[in-house]
This record gives sequence, structure tokens and C-alpha cells, in this order.
Amino acid sequence: MAEDIRALSAQLAQDPQSLVFLRLGEALRRKGQLDGAVRVAVNGLERHPHLADAHDLYARVLTDKHDYERAFDEWDMAVRIAPNHTGALKGLAFLYFKVGDLAQAEAHLELARKVEPDDPTIDQAIAMMRGGESPPAPTASTGASPTVASRTVGSLDESRVFAGLEGADEGLLLIDGAGRVLGGALRDGSGSDVTDRVAAYLAGVSQEAARTAKLLGLGAWNGLSAEGQHGNVHLAHPTPEALLLVVRERSVPLGRLAILAQRATAMAKRWLERET
Amino acid sequence: MTALEMITRVRGVRGAMLVSADDGLVVAEQLMEGIKGTAVAALAASLAGRLRRAMEAAGIGASVFWHLQSEKGALLVVPGGGGLLVVAVAEPEVNIGLVRLELLRAAETAL
Repeated sequence: MAEDIRALSAQLAQDPQSLVFLRLGEALRRKGQLDGAVRVAVNGLERHPHLADAHDLYARVLTDKHDYERAFDEWDMAVRIAPNHTGALKGLAFLYFKVGDLAQAEAHLELARKVEPDDPTIDQAIAMMRGGESPPAPTASTGASPTVASRTVGSLDESRVFAGLEGADEGLLLIDGAGRVLGGALRDGSGSDVTDRVAAYLAGVSQEAARTAKLLGLGAWNGLSAEGQHGNVHLAHPTPEALLLVVRERSVPLGRLAILAQRATAMAKRWLERET
Repeated sequence: MTALEMITRVRGVRGAMLVSADDGLVVAEQLMEGIKGTAVAALAASLAGRLRRAMEAAGIGASVFWHLQSEKGALLVVPGGGGLLVVAVAEPEVNIGLVRLELLRAAETAL
């Protein structure tokens, strides 16, 4: 094992961008070198923030360190990026069981079973849980590969939030405080659905913006505009918990984007009031 | 006149800084009394990192300029070359367009 760790460390040093950090982190974790495993996982996440397996690795290490709250966040992020990531689904089931939420624990294991019906460890975990035993703490996922979120873009209920508004199904997104999609959808320049990935990261942006404005004595934040290399964005929060993102191409100036965001914010606010 | 002085001479700007994007440390600053440079630097770098990841995930690419609007003021940032951020803290009524131009100019000349 020590030999493995040395070899994997050398490989990673040679090519820091490679995914060998996943194997190295897992090897360190299994050997009980948890601080080293944390360093490897965090460095890997910095280089590959959209990689579900990286979040899964970090969550496993955090679980070993009994930091269940942050482990939950990491597995939650992993399933936002890759909803069929069985390692993360099993991890969430394990944590739900730990806090006594058996329904959620079983629901996550059932989701994992749908993805991998031939995996005997999932049936075993369900059986253990029903018998009152904790399902085993998750180990490295087998065959889990980074997958792009596969949700359907712009379902009927979601599109109603911004019905009639320009770009309702490709450049407007409404999420809740935890980064869950409430409405709208986003596509990148190639037309791929990036809704879930962006939503996952935006939850952090909202909290960071609020913290920044508060700590700088600027009061409550009411908007964030950004020019990107290939487009412009505006962030607003229709309610203290919800976050709205408007994305347009660079030819749409930030001022016009802010006006569009105001309209979308008003619609989102009305929709949220009706729904709650 | 230095790049930071060019930014702070805009009416309504309370301070300007050069910040290391990686670690959130102050590289240079010109701030009015009462502004905590180290806090501004750390928070701006942290928010810039999160925003960059969200924008890259959306396929928009790295941010060229961003602007956090708040009740009592604004934080304006231009990520420049060499891993530095040019940051301004401003009053709510500041001319955003003018500050943006000065930040972009500072990023070109100072970095």
C-alpha cells in the first residue's frame, strides 16, 4: 500500500492535472492518513470542480473524519453534477440513516439500485437498514465516471415561472438557497444543458455575496452583474432564500441585463408567493 | 499618478486595491479610513473564485468585470493578468461605467 501511495504521488507530481488524485486520495483514506487524503481531495477539487468523483472522494474522507455535515454537502454536490452517481447516492443514504431519516435513506438507496440493479451491495444495504442496522459507510464508487447532469430542460411547471419572458428556457434560472432548481434552464454555447451544474455553484455565490456585502458594511446586496468572455450575467434574489440568474450574450449590455433581471425578479417573486 | 490613484480620484470611490486572487492577500492599496483592506481583499478573492467557477460552468468563460451592488455601496472588480484582482469599493451613487473604465485601465497598466 505504501508502495502504491509513493507511486501514485509520483504520478500526480508529474502530471498535477491528471485524475490519479482520485486513486491517491482513496489509498491514503484506506490507510487512515486522513489529513493527507483531505489535502489530495481538496487540491483535486480545485483543479476539477465539476468532477462528481472528486466531491465523492472528499465526502468519503470527511465521513471518516466524522465531519458528516460537510460530507453531506459534498455528496449533495456530487449528485447535482451527476444525478446517477451511485457512490454519492449511497453516501447520502448512509448519512440520512445516521440522522434517523429512514425514508430518505431508503429513497436514495432505491435510486442507486435503479442505476445499478446488479450491485448486490445496494440490496444488502437496504436489507440491513430495514433490519435496523446502519448501511455500510460508502467505499470508492465502482465505475462511477463524471457524467453531465441529465435533467430535462424546461419542464412545463418550471417554464411557467418565466412564461412569456425572453429566454425563459435557456438563459433564466431560479434556484433555492440550497442550489436546487425552481424554474428556468440554462444552455451553454454548444447547446448543452448546464442547468444543474450552474445551480450547484450559484448556491455558494449567493451566500458569499451576502457575506461580503455584510462584512464590508455595505448592507444587504441587491444584485451582482458580471461581464464574461462569452456572455454577461446578472444575479438577483427575489426572496432572501431564492436566487435568480439571467444570462445573455455579450452584445446585451449590463444595464439592459439589469432591467431584464428586474422583470424576471418580479415574475419569480409572484410565482414564489403563489407556490408557498 | 499611480493606477490606484487614477481609480480613487473618481468621485464616490472610497478605495482601490490590488489583490492576489489565489490567496486573497493585499498587494497594494489606497483606501479611505475605515475600510479594512485585508477583509476586502479576502472576501473579493473568495467571491471572485466562486463566481469564476459558476461562469465557467455556464460556458460564459472567465469574468472580465463584476460588480456587487448593495444598499450602502458597491464592490467592483476586474480580474487582471498574473493572478491579480483590481478592486474598488464605492458609494452607492458612484458612476459605475467610469469606475469600470478606470479598473480596466489599471489592469492593463499595473499588471
